[in-house]
Amino acid sequence: MRKDYRLEKRKYVIGGFFLIIVIIYIIRLFSLQVIDTRYKAFADSNAFMRKTLYPSRGMMRDRNDKLVVYNQPAYDVMIIPRDVQMFDTLDFCQTLSITKEQLEKRFADMKDRRLNPGYSAYTPQRLITHISAQDYGRLQEKLYRFPGIFIQQRILRQYTRSTAANVLGNIREVSARDIERDSYYASGDYTGDLGVEKSYEEYLRGQKGVEILIRDAYGRIKGKYDDGAHDLPPLSGKDIKLSLDIDLQEYGERLMANKIGAIVAIEPATGEILAMVSSPTYDPKKLVGRERGKNYNELMSDFYKPLFDRALKGAYPPGSTFKPSQGLILRQENIISLTTAYPCYHGFINGGLRVGCHSHGSPIALKPALQTSCNAYFCWGLKSMLDSHRSKYGSTAEAFEVWKRHLVSLGYGYRLGVDLPNESRGFIPNAAFYNKIYGEGRWSANTIISISIGQGEILATPLQIANLCATIANRGWFITPHVVKEIQDTVIPALYRDRRYPTIEREHFVDVAEGMRMAVTGGTCRLANLPGIEVCGKTGTAQNPHGKDHSAFIGFAPYNDPKIAICVYVENAGFGATYGVPIGSLMIEKYLNDSIAPDRRYLEERMLQSNTIISSGVKKH
Amino acid sequence: MELRSTNTTSVFRYLDWVTVTIYVLLVFLGAVSIYAASYDFDHASIFAFEEFSGKQLRWIGLALLASFVILLTDFHIYEAYAYPIYGLLIILLVITIFVAPDINGSRSWLVLGPMSLQPAEFSKFATALALAKLFSSYNFRLNLHPMNYVKALFIIFLPIALILAQKETGSALAYMALFFVLYREGMSGLVLTAALCAVVFFVTTVKYVDEVMLDLSTGELVVFAMIQAGVVVMTAIYCKLILVARNLLLWFLAADIVVTLLSVAGVLVSGQILFGVILCIALLYLAIVYMARYRNRSLLITIGAALLSVAFLFSVNKVFTDVLQPHQQQRIKVSLGIEEDLRGAGYNVNQSKIAIGSGGFSGKGFLNGTQTKLKYVPEQHTDFIFCTIGEEKGFIGSAAVLILFLILIFRVLAIAERQPTTFARVYGYCVASYFIFHVSVNVGMVIGLCPVIGIPLPFFSYGGSSLWGFTFLLFILLRLDASRREHLSY
Repeated sequence: MRKDYRLEKRKYVIGGFFLIIVIIYIIRLFSLQVIDTRYKAFADSNAFMRKTLYPSRGMMRDRNDKLVVYNQPAYDVMIIPRDVQMFDTLDFCQTLSITKEQLEKRFADMKDRRLNPGYSAYTPQRLITHISAQDYGRLQEKLYRFPGIFIQQRILRQYTRSTAANVLGNIREVSARDIERDSYYASGDYTGDLGVEKSYEEYLRGQKGVEILIRDAYGRIKGKYDDGAHDLPPLSGKDIKLSLDIDLQEYGERLMANKIGAIVAIEPATGEILAMVSSPTYDPKKLVGRERGKNYNELMSDFYKPLFDRALKGAYPPGSTFKPSQGLILRQENIISLTTAYPCYHGFINGGLRVGCHSHGSPIALKPALQTSCNAYFCWGLKSMLDSHRSKYGSTAEAFEVWKRHLVSLGYGYRLGVDLPNESRGFIPNAAFYNKIYGEGRWSANTIISISIGQGEILATPLQIANLCATIANRGWFITPHVVKEIQDTVIPALYRDRRYPTIEREHFVDVAEGMRMAVTGGTCRLANLPGIEVCGKTGTAQNPHGKDHSAFIGFAPYNDPKIAICVYVENAGFGATYGVPIGSLMIEKYLNDSIAPDRRYLEERMLQSNTIISSGVKKH
Repeated sequence: MELRSTNTTSVFRYLDWVTVTIYVLLVFLGAVSIYAASYDFDHASIFAFEEFSGKQLRWIGLALLASFVILLTDFHIYEAYAYPIYGLLIILLVITIFVAPDINGSRSWLVLGPMSLQPAEFSKFATALALAKLFSSYNFRLNLHPMNYVKALFIIFLPIALILAQKETGSALAYMALFFVLYREGMSGLVLTAALCAVVFFVTTVKYVDEVMLDLSTGELVVFAMIQAGVVVMTAIYCKLILVARNLLLWFLAADIVVTLLSVAGVLVSGQILFGVILCIALLYLAIVYMARYRNRSLLITIGAALLSVAFLFSVNKVFTDVLQPHQQQRIKVSLGIEEDLRGAGYNVNQSKIAIGSGGFSGKGFLNGTQTKLKYVPEQHTDFIFCTIGEEKGFIGSAAVLILFLILIFRVLAIAERQPTTFARVYGYCVASYFIFHVSVNVGMVIGLCPVIGIPLPFFSYGGSSLWGFTFLLFILLRLDASRREHLSY
């Protein structure tokens, strides 16, 4: 192989380049290590100490600017293990009112790398968290006796009321996984857990600051490095204005006491959630401070699952509250006209099948069917759509897909996108689902007829049901429900400002709303007929495998200018009219009139005092 | 072609034991440093596999095994399978982009059960093989056709693009070192010089943009001086016009002194215009020389380079001071490691300088370093491992490590040049280039001379991928070298 000797010389250039670099580096090392004594002095005194400055977390107010969540100071005892010298342990324990054993356990935990992966004898470690203000004062006075120990101020959440725990959420210390996922966090930081605290964490938490301090050879702080030129002040978290009406929320929780279920109230025009009750609930103050761990475990093992937000995670059969959506679809698809009437002889009887109903006139048209909550009407309607319109849809399965798509556009079957974590999507089956169960072409309307009255496979969250009610109140559109109305210096996402239009014409909503008005004036919801307020409503009584029927109600008011749309769902409480309607109408009355009329106080009293837990499917051992 | 299987004993007879010795020494020192960096007073033995040093020992054992296996393979396979190996690693890089979990913003780690591998480290030797294969193809000379440059650059930039997509800027930059190979194989030295000048000018301008002297920022002033020096040196060495160079030198010295005196005396003049005029006069002089008697292309290149440099300087300055917002300027400075940023990356560099500086002449002794155990520097056992050496072994130890690397690289260059085949030679240069880049940038970063670019120090930084990558790289070269005599018998 011929070699190019002119090019071979280039090895000297490449080698020479690296030689020069190595020489420069060695000179630099010499100047750093031998000539410059500054660095040795820095190292001897362990010069810098980075002190994290924690920002205050954003506060939360309700829609009427009532303070709901704020901060209170808390104090952590920090320790730099290497700097610790002999000290009077007994004195230390007495000051903090702990036992010697507890202190030893804390030391052992701190040094355990599995519990505290960031442990180093040279950096500040958290010894005891959340000491009280009194302990803080006592310790502060004696601090000079305990070298290597100092106090770091932190913030804790505090709540003005013992309500809305499921919406507000709480804060907890970050886990090793949080730190891995988001480099913002360091061990000992707090992060939102559940509720708004979690979903708006990035707004609420603010930005940590840092202070660079200089220390002398004895570890004493000598002041700020470079006059604080390198410090970064902490940025406070953004304040949040909730859409909740905290008084209404509290009232709802009182009405739901000793019952299992949920209430969701929405302002139709804005999609703002006015109240979101999940019952049983808990006091948010329980998850604050040193008692948090113990209380959290208690709540976790509680038989009635208070941490489970039934309003948006509970998927229930909607029962008869589903009927308005059926009326909408049947009208939109032109399966029925306003005058189409179906017979009801105490139920839907067809092909050996019987779905029971109660006494009312027969045959019956759409609006009266909604008024009296006739089961047979909606069974006939679905059967007509699925089985008798082959020329229009081709097959039962294809007709069913059309039916399903309308429901999805009404917000069922998928997450609505509320600004809270872990929303459930409910369940709306599709044709493939039934093909799998019954075989392709081997099912028809009669096979699945119970879905027409919100039973069977259909599942929806109280939030989805309330949202449907808001859509009817708006006569044909909704805004994705949300609990945060405003964020300081920021605009809420477009998702919570833009209207969403289902695939159904406005005129059909007008008809269904009229049917729901009739249910209040002369149908199943007569208890909701408030003086001076035109309420519209629909009851629901959902059969379920867990015991007594679930009692449900949807309603909105006033009829012509809706200010509130509501869904009440009480597990195992019987007829919709027994619990759903009274609680729903009391909530509406409270929100619109601010007080309960004297002749309805008996109803309020009865709801406040009744207990349906005893008849629930959840039996305490 | 019949592939002759190599006699195993001959491999070990002709193996370059000097390189092997340096390798073993470096790996040993690396293991010791990692042990020191992760040492804590109340923890167990070096063999505790949960600790970094224990894990690293396992990696080292596997690396030694792998190097042994490489030596036993038939050397022909590297040339024969160069492109398939390259293709395989490229596919792996692509897969990594999609399946790798997000670790601190980078998606470069493939998690395979208990271990994580970084394909970017392994594609280094694959790229080297592919580049060597390209250059060894029949009648291939880099300058023969522009298309040859396109092919070579494609091989280099494909992995760079994929690694950038993994958000591993440091690892991607390491492939730029392969430009040394192109230079060795015939690319004009002007390309490297221009790149070097651009980097130096940019960093200088930006670094001293805030200090003002002679109505110029200090950065501009220094770059002007550099350009003047560059013109003189190019005239002397590149154009071989010693007399002309002397005249230029005298002119620059005289003019600069006058300008300095003027400004000291308080006469307000625009430095930009003055230095521009001084340089223009010099270039005019060169142009006259060209027209009058010395019609040589190198003179034109010198003039062009000077003009380009000035244009580059002005545009950097303009863009940096006028177009960019102060916070953007700040970010560039911090990312270049120019400005101390004690809150972020600069904090690490500052800590590492303290650690190294506190080591003194002879160091604090094995396991006696305190700064490196502060755990203030998160990457103390990976990218900042050199701190541990500096603190515990002092100037003696850290200089010795640098000299060991220098010997290694000189040895690799010598091995490359003694190869009878283009394939082995180009591969050898690739190896040397990677080592030069990694050692220069890593050590430069730790001692505060280079921007903070997170790349490992070969054989020292904790991590199996980097250790394996460099072991493969080196031992494939040694395997090729051990069989260099077999080619002579053809």
